[in-house]
Amino acid sequence: MPAKTKFEVKLGAATREAFGRALVELGRENKDIVVCDADLSKSTMTTYFAKEFPDRFFSFGIAEANMVAAGAGMALAGKIPFVSSFSAFAINKGFEQLRVCAAYPHVNLKVVGTHSGISIGEDGPSQMSIEETGLACSLPGFVVMAPADEPSCKALVKAAAAHVGPVFIRTGRPKAALIYNGDQKFEIGKSIQVAEGKDVTIIANGLLVAQALLAAETLESEGLSARVIDMHTVKPLDRDAIARAAADTGAIVVAEEHLVDGGLGVRVAQVVAETAPCPMEFVGIQDTYAESGQPDELLEKYGLVARDVAAAVRKVVARKR
Amino acid sequence: MAKSLPELQAIAKRIRRDIIEMIGAAKSGHPGGSLSAVELVVTLYFDYMNIDPKNPTMPDRDRFILSKGHAAPVLYSVMAELGYAETPRDQLNTLRKLGSVYQGHPDMRFIHALEASTGSLGEGLSVGIGMGLAARLDGRKSRTYVMFGDGEIQEGQVWEAAMSGAYHKLDNVVAIVDYNGIQLDGFVKDIMEVAPLADKWRAFGWHTIEIDGHDLTAVRNAYQEAEATKGKPTAIVAHTVKGKGVSFMENNPKFHGTAPSADEVKLALQELQ
Repeated sequence: MPAKTKFEVKLGAATREAFGRALVELGRENKDIVVCDADLSKSTMTTYFAKEFPDRFFSFGIAEANMVAAGAGMALAGKIPFVSSFSAFAINKGFEQLRVCAAYPHVNLKVVGTHSGISIGEDGPSQMSIEETGLACSLPGFVVMAPADEPSCKALVKAAAAHVGPVFIRTGRPKAALIYNGDQKFEIGKSIQVAEGKDVTIIANGLLVAQALLAAETLESEGLSARVIDMHTVKPLDRDAIARAAADTGAIVVAEEHLVDGGLGVRVAQVVAETAPCPMEFVGIQDTYAESGQPDELLEKYGLVARDVAAAVRKVVARKR
Repeated sequence: MAKSLPELQAIAKRIRRDIIEMIGAAKSGHPGGSLSAVELVVTLYFDYMNIDPKNPTMPDRDRFILSKGHAAPVLYSVMAELGYAETPRDQLNTLRKLGSVYQGHPDMRFIHALEASTGSLGEGLSVGIGMGLAARLDGRKSRTYVMFGDGEIQEGQVWEAAMSGAYHKLDNVVAIVDYNGIQLDGFVKDIMEVAPLADKWRAFGWHTIEIDGHDLTAVRNAYQEAEATKGKPTAIVAHTVKGKGVSFMENNPKFHGTAPSADEVKLALQELQ
């Protein structure tokens, strides 16, 4: 466990970039890795794989439903397919195919959505994916992950390839603050405590892990000690870590770049309710769509920065006892 | 495992009897579209595909996807007749009952020898495209056959898949349209016309063959022509009769999704002597 030192925001690559690089490494290790894309390979970064392994890269045009189901067919024939598009398109346009062709027969298909959340920025709500974690988690047997930074994303993409069964990974467009230095081990379903604390626990994933660490620093100066957990796997949840956090700190804030409805927060709340009930607050997108703007402006306007996490912590701590 | 014409005709009749009995016992199901597909499925399984019922996971096997999953009884009966370990003949009449391997629509969790779980229409060709790409990448001779209903191809995904099959030049994939002209709510032409069907497949870049889907020789020839066609996938537009073989079911929309009564089962079985 890293000792609590000052968290300095140092940007690493975007998680989509980490995904693209990880795919190439996977492709070198295993000839059964194949990749499908729907006319966005230059944005999803599957273009790296396409360049090195043109025979194992399949273009499906702007037709996500067909791509997802064809990916399932490749998996049924023994391949390990990664199908990729923006999260908004892979999940929403491919949802029925994820349900019937991948989840129901429990097929070894990997789906990686990029440009998730509102930090995609200027393109606006039609391209922003704020519902997909809830949708993906509703599919029986699916593993659902939302890595925070470059090293964790790279490792979790590889873990997804090694896992037998359907997986969805949520990645983002902007460069992500580095949480890890590359020595950390990552395992599906095993969260990582990135800061120790005793008064409250902040459970976050994706870009919000860095914001949680920044909030924890502010709170420390106010005399509040916050534990921070990177819940990179939304399904299956690390129940033990959640139950321990609830019992040890007696208050939990969940922070994510996703609708509060159906996201990480409600899933954590279920575990808390079942194990050690305690006050909880939720940082996420409220019942709305966002708009065009720069990523930082949007995260601020829609309440997804360290200040919002800190405010939620103060609120939840006040509810303790 | 090629079979003679009279042998195939006899098998087709037994399969039709099974379909009637199974759906009759289940008291629900889709007899019309099972009966229309009999010759197309029987020819594939008994005469044409490279399969080994004793070794259902053989990597080089040909694959069949029943995209029109509601016609499950025809597939179950054929697999039972062929002696797949997972599809016992003496349990065919448990169709649609709790715990039966014979689920309402084909379900790989219950029968692993199925190539896909289907039932939500319009998805099978995409899965078949994926299988075709994988087979070509691995250098396997395996061919993939996907059967749709004509109503089913109203689904947009079918045409996404059609585009991708031609684009990827998948000459190891065959689409079979069971063109019986009837869907649940009535005649296809009244619900959402799909004609001119062969022209559509041609326009999408598929080698297209139109046949009488009940003529066993024509069906076999079509599969042969498909296999001989290189550089593009083949679509077989098979003109069929919904409810084929049972006079009161033929061309009757009622029997798309209605089980025959006990009396109707008796009558049908007499006709199928």
